[in-house]
Amino acid sequence: MMNLLTKLVGWIDERFPLVSMWKEHVSEYYAPKNFNFWYFFGSLAMLLLVIQIVSGIFLTMNYKPDALFAFNSVEYIMRDVQWGWLLRYIHSTGASMFFVVIYLHMFRGIMYGSYRKPRELLWIIGMIIYLALMGEAFMGYLLPWGQMSFWGAQVIVNLFSSVPFIGHDLAILIRGDFVVSDITLNRFFALHVVAIPLILVLIVIAHLVALHEVGSNNPDGIEIKKHKDANGKPLDGIPFHPYYTVKDGVGVMGFLIVFCAIVFFAPDMGGYFLEYNNFVPANPMKTPEHIAPVWYFTPYYAILRAVPPLFGSQFPGVVAMGIATVAFFFLPWLDRGKVKSIRYRGPLYKAFLASFVVSFVGLGWLGLMPSTPTYTVFSQILAVVYFAFFLLMPWYTKIDKCKPEPDRVTFK
Amino acid sequence: MSENVDNNKRRLLIAASAAAGGVAAAGAGAPFVLSLMPSERAKAAGAPIEVDVSGIEPGAMMSVEWQGKPVWIVHRTQEMLDILTKHDAELADPTSEVPQQPEYCNNPTRSIKPEFLVVLGVCTHLGCSPTFRPEVAPADLGANWAGGWFCPCHGSRFDLAARVFKGVPAPTNLIIPPHKYLSDTRLMIGDDSKGKA
Repeated sequence: MMNLLTKLVGWIDERFPLVSMWKEHVSEYYAPKNFNFWYFFGSLAMLLLVIQIVSGIFLTMNYKPDALFAFNSVEYIMRDVQWGWLLRYIHSTGASMFFVVIYLHMFRGIMYGSYRKPRELLWIIGMIIYLALMGEAFMGYLLPWGQMSFWGAQVIVNLFSSVPFIGHDLAILIRGDFVVSDITLNRFFALHVVAIPLILVLIVIAHLVALHEVGSNNPDGIEIKKHKDANGKPLDGIPFHPYYTVKDGVGVMGFLIVFCAIVFFAPDMGGYFLEYNNFVPANPMKTPEHIAPVWYFTPYYAILRAVPPLFGSQFPGVVAMGIATVAFFFLPWLDRGKVKSIRYRGPLYKAFLASFVVSFVGLGWLGLMPSTPTYTVFSQILAVVYFAFFLLMPWYTKIDKCKPEPDRVTFK
Repeated sequence: MSENVDNNKRRLLIAASAAAGGVAAAGAGAPFVLSLMPSERAKAAGAPIEVDVSGIEPGAMMSVEWQGKPVWIVHRTQEMLDILTKHDAELADPTSEVPQQPEYCNNPTRSIKPEFLVVLGVCTHLGCSPTFRPEVAPADLGANWAGGWFCPCHGSRFDLAARVFKGVPAPTNLIIPPHKYLSDTRLMIGDDSKGKA
C-alpha cells in the first residue's frame, strides 16, 4: 500500500513539482521559532476565506439576485431551506469575524514592523487584500435587499458622485441606473460571487509567495537569516510543518469555539453583525431613522462625517476617508525607526501607537452613533489623532530612543 | 546571431505592436464598460408623472415616486411662508445662487406657486431621504427649529423652502425638479415644456 502511494507521488513528481512545492512552502519553510499569540491571525484569515467561499457557494444555490425576490429568497433560506439558517449565519458571522481577524493581523504587522524592508511588497499585497475585502463586504451587504442594504449602498455610491467633474457619471456607471436599483443589485451579485473572490484568491496566493520569498518577521523584528547552520538553515528557524501547523491548529480550535458561540447564540451580535433595520425590505422612498454602516467600516465613516463641506462640495470628506484607508500603504516609507519591533521601540512610538488604537476604536464607536454636534467634535479630534500617527511617523520614529535589538531571537 | 540584431528596428516593432494591441484592447473593452451604463429600460423609467395636489392639507406633505426617487409636494401655510424670510443669515445659500432649481423657481419660496413646494427628497450630501419635521421647536431638534427637513443619516438640516442651513454636511439646497401646472391642481413632474429632465 505504502509502496503504491510512493509510486504515485513519484509518477506525479516527474510531471508536476509536487514534492518540491510541499517542501518549499510547508515542510521546509523555516519560520522564526518565537512566534506568539499574534501569529495566529494569518492562518485564521485563510480559514475564513475558505469558510466564506464554501458557505457562499451554498447560499448562492437558493438566493435570487432580483430586487423583487432577493429579500424573500433570504427569508426562504432562513425558514424553509434545510439548515439554511446555519449557512447564512456562518456567512454573516464569517464576514464580521474576517474583519476582526484582519484588523488583528494588520495590528500585528504594525506592532512588530512587519512592513519594513524587505517586506514592503508583502505588506502592500496585504493591503490590496484588505481593500478587496472591503469591496467584497460592501457588495455582499446589498444582496439581502433590506433597508440598511439599500441605504448603505446609496450613501457609499454617492461618495463617488462627489468627485469633481466626473462624479455624477461615475456614480451612474457604478449603479447602472440613476438610483440604486435591481440593476445595481444584479451587478453587485456578479462582483460579489465571481469577480472579487477570484481576485481575492489570487492575491492571497501572491501574499503567501511573497512571504515565503522574504521569510516571516517575528516579535523581535530581527532577521533570522543572519545566522544559519552548516546546511544553510536559519538557526532560529523551525519548519512550518509540523511545528506551526500544529500550533495554528490550536488557534483554529480556539477560534472555532468563539465562532460557533456567535453563530449559535448571538448571530446578530446585538445589531452589530446584522443590523435590525435590515430585516425590513428595501424601500427607496424612506430612509430609516438612523443609518450606520456595519461596524468594520465605521472608523472611516466617522472620519467622513467629521469633515465639513468645503467650497460647497462634500469631496474633502470623501478624500479624507480615502486617505485614511490608503495611508497604511505608505507605512514602509514613513517609518524611519532604527528597530522594527515594538519591543525595542522608545516611549514616543508606543504613545503614538496607543493613541492610534484609541482613535481607531473611538472613531469606530462614533461611526455607529447618530451624528450630534458633540460627537462631531469628538470625531474631529480623533481623526486628527488618526492622521497624526501617519503624518508625524517620519519624525517620531527617527528621534525615538530605541533599545538595542538582540542578536538572536528571544525565546523562553 | 546576436550581433546581427537590429535593436532599433526591434524597439520600433515592439512599440508599434504594443500601440496597435492597446488600441485593439481599448476597442474590445469599450462594449464591456458601456454595458455598465443605464440600459434603455432604465432610461425609459424616467418618464414624467402627473400628480393631483388638491388633496394635500395645508401644512402637510405628499411623497411621490419619480425616476425611482421620492419627490415631495408640501402645501405650505401662510405661517410657514412667513418664517422663510426670517433666517436668511443661518442659511448657506439663502438666495439660491447655486443652480439647484429651474429658473422659474429661483425666487424666495423656490416654487411656482408659493403655497406648493415641489422638491426632490434626496439629500445633497450622500443621497439619504431627509425626514419632514414641520413642527416648531421639537425637543430633539432644538428651540431654533422652525420646521423643515432633517436628514437622519448625517444630520443635515433644510428649511421649508428646502434650503440648507450652514454648518451641516450637505453642501447645497435640495434640488427642485422641473415641473409645471397642467391646471390649478394637476401638476406634472419631470416636464416643464422646456425639455424633459
